[in-house]
Amino acid sequence: MSIAQKPNYLDSELGIKSWLTTLDHKRIGIMYLLVICVFFIVGGSMAALIRAELLTPKGDLLTSDAYNKAFTIHGVTLVFWVLIPAVPAVLGNFCLPLMIGARDVAFPRLNLLSWYVFTIGGVFGIMAVIFGGIDTGWTFYTPYSTSFSHTSVVLAVTAVFITGFSSIMTGLNFIVTIHKMRAPGMTWFRLPLFVWANYATSLIMVLATPVIAITVFLVGLEKVAHIGIFDPALGGDPILFQHMFWFYSHPAVYIMILPPMGVISEIVACFCRKRIFGYEFVAYSSLAIAIIGFIVWAHHLFTSGLSTYSAMVFSFLTFLVAIPSAVKVFNWTATFYKGEIHFESPMYFAIGFIGLFLIGGLTGLFLASLGTDIHFQDTYFVVAHFHYVMVGSAIMGFLGGLHFWWPKITGKLYAEGLARWAAVIIFLGFNFTFFPQFILGYLGMPRRYHSYSDEFQVLHVCSSLGATVLGFGYILTFCYLLYSVKFGAKAPKNPWGAKGFEWVTDSPPPTDNFDFKPVMREEAYAYKPDYEAPEVVHERA
Amino acid sequence: MRFVPEQASNFAPEVDYIFYVLLALTIFFTFGVVFAIIYLSVKYRAGSKANRTRPPHHNTALELAWSVIPFLMGVPVFLWSAKLYVEMYSPKNTAGALNISVVGKQRMWHIQHPTGQRENNELHIPVNRDIKLMMISQDVIHSFFIPDFRIKKDVLPEYFSTQWFRATKVGKYHLFCAEYCGTNHSEMIGTVYVMTPEDYQKWLSDTKWGMNKFGRPDTMVEQGEKLFVTRCAGCHGAGKAATAPSLAGLFGKEREMADGRRITADEDYIRRSIYEPDAMVVKGYQNIMPSFKGQIDEQQVFEIIAYINSLSNPQIQAGTTLPTASRKQETKQ
Ligand code: HEC
Ligand SMILES: [Cu+2]
Ligand SMILES: [Cu+2]
Repeated sequence: MSIAQKPNYLDSELGIKSWLTTLDHKRIGIMYLLVICVFFIVGGSMAALIRAELLTPKGDLLTSDAYNKAFTIHGVTLVFWVLIPAVPAVLGNFCLPLMIGARDVAFPRLNLLSWYVFTIGGVFGIMAVIFGGIDTGWTFYTPYSTSFSHTSVVLAVTAVFITGFSSIMTGLNFIVTIHKMRAPGMTWFRLPLFVWANYATSLIMVLATPVIAITVFLVGLEKVAHIGIFDPALGGDPILFQHMFWFYSHPAVYIMILPPMGVISEIVACFCRKRIFGYEFVAYSSLAIAIIGFIVWAHHLFTSGLSTYSAMVFSFLTFLVAIPSAVKVFNWTATFYKGEIHFESPMYFAIGFIGLFLIGGLTGLFLASLGTDIHFQDTYFVVAHFHYVMVGSAIMGFLGGLHFWWPKITGKLYAEGLARWAAVIIFLGFNFTFFPQFILGYLGMPRRYHSYSDEFQVLHVCSSLGATVLGFGYILTFCYLLYSVKFGAKAPKNPWGAKGFEWVTDSPPPTDNFDFKPVMREEAYAYKPDYEAPEVVHERA
Repeated sequence: MRFVPEQASNFAPEVDYIFYVLLALTIFFTFGVVFAIIYLSVKYRAGSKANRTRPPHHNTALELAWSVIPFLMGVPVFLWSAKLYVEMYSPKNTAGALNISVVGKQRMWHIQHPTGQRENNELHIPVNRDIKLMMISQDVIHSFFIPDFRIKKDVLPEYFSTQWFRATKVGKYHLFCAEYCGTNHSEMIGTVYVMTPEDYQKWLSDTKWGMNKFGRPDTMVEQGEKLFVTRCAGCHGAGKAATAPSLAGLFGKEREMADGRRITADEDYIRRSIYEPDAMVVKGYQNIMPSFKGQIDEQQVFEIIAYINSLSNPQIQAGTTLPTASRKQETKQ
């Protein structure tokens, strides 16, 4: 860096201590990214083991117990320490204050604390992996988890319990920040849609996470003290566990997917050089998803013993929750109309997201529909469905956002050509991995099987080959992004020609974000102010 | 290699119809959106000469349309599928059904036919006859899944689950445990043999099942009766009404408990009375019945239930495939 440059948030203070004690939302976002990468590697290598084992019908690579631990560690680490925090804690933390024109989040200390809590929870998680592993599946179903498993269930639930608090703190911080820290002129309906998405997500985090905390706490208590809450042999009720678990874990799916949806809105608007079509619908659909998402949880219990009437209610509500998601897809598509579409790497990821999300979302209907869910429940169809949503789409959205804001975050440009290739490889590899699993599921292959009957092999081999391609795509991304940090060209303030406060400040931004006082004087996404300003008039606060 | 499972039960065709309707909707929307994106991407790529004057920013009518119309398209599927679900999980259609009991335990399906034959990880059934499964787990949650029949039902510890179906095609099918149950979960699998009624009859009369004096194995009712005589009749036997209630005619009745609760005497009630008699003390009686936990296993509970059931429903045996001549009339109670 040249000497003449003014200091930015990265080089204003140096040394590991300055990072570990930082209150800067941007640095905290990066610290989240580092922890998440560690868990991504842990969870990803488990996936590699699983796919290697499933190359052959016999359980020959791993023992049954080792396999059970592999898929459990895969699920637990990727859900709790990667998918849930990825977008909100990394991109949300970094961008949200910038986007609303604030100097930081409302409670910077709480923000740092939430990172520590997250990391300490993660350490417990790693300890659970090292000391005995865990074999309950990420769902911790009772009474298996409480009374039969001989693995480190207590450590694992402690880890989840602790980590939950970091979610709650982040959610709380975002809500207050969005309410209180918006720059002058930044009205609710001028907020970037990414902010709306994080707002809706934060509501879920604050309201739902306490329930999983209570649930896993009770699982731990049951395991240690056998008090008879979830174990029917002690007079408990395993179905109660399933209700409590999914009361959080269904909304958690929206914690994972809403923020990436927000990312997609930003990218589509920017690369179409156009305001998102139906901004209000898209903003409200985030809230609708957050609210309806709370009342569909029992669709995970259709085969476990639910009265037929409640099953119908939950099935109906699940059909209903599909609508706001569909609205988003339609509105993104409509944004292309009369746009001026630039195809740069973030847009590749965004279009990939839309493709994967379409399939992931629509296959959800097969599971919402009662008669067909009986067949698909607990098969590879479910596995494929939720990977399309929680992994395919969510990671695609996360990577899209990472590529979009990377020049802002690091001040460096990455290899654009490689990035486009990576998006294509990840998209194809993903479909190659998970599409065969829909067919496997329809044929009846149950999930969490360590060995299987011969007729499923061809599809499993396809899936494993696809996973290799997918893994290659992820590794490639990792490499050129890392490379750019050291060797990338210096990024300009606004490499994409995007709108928004974050693109007006330097890349990387100064420690307190802006050298000027940001004031919002136009609508969000005013790419073509001459057409757009007169059409949309909202002066609500 | 197959891409679709076989349709081997009464439910399978309808499940598949709904599946194909959903598949059609999926293809329609996926291709619609993908096509639109490709078309618009080409037409409005940066630098193209397409007309971009006054781009729309919203269109409430259009947006309402694409919220409401997909929803309306979903509603018929929801209703149809819900109807099917109710049918699949309401074992109303069971007069003349073959009642088969299933005990799931870690890594094994233990099955007993009303005529007394027991098998592990195999299920032999006649084609075109209603089958009613009464299932319970001895340990964790399992799930009884026959993909080619499109049926699945979780098998819980401590509570009975039921499932009915009619196999429509002679053949061999997979039986899987679909709910993760720990070590070797993927070995908790078995085979379903759907046989012609004649073959099923032949299978039942195989000598390997053991012989009683009637030249056949004891039926579940008979086994239940034996258990009853040795374990329960001391209190519940004939002429002991002062000690303990008679169990004849109990099945399906509403019972009044000492604490005022009213409970219908179904399978769960009887099972619970055997394992946890303290939980439900019948009004007018002393709480003296011991728990039989650890002495009577889940399979034997099924037998006792069959026996108690037979006391109120003599046709319970007629419903089985026992030859009439060897059917026993019940006298004791
Ligand atoms: C020591 C005597 C005794 C023995 C042995 C005994 N019971 Fe009981 N049983 C009772 C009494 C007394 C009651 C009524 C009070 C109660 O509900 O606990 C009862 C109640 C019941 C009920 C509820 C009946 C109703 O009218 O609602 C059932 C069912 C039952 N017993 C089944 C059995 C079975 C099956 C066995 C054998 C495995 C058995 N009992 C053995 C004494 C006994
Ligand atoms: Cu759900
Ligand atoms: Cu199992």
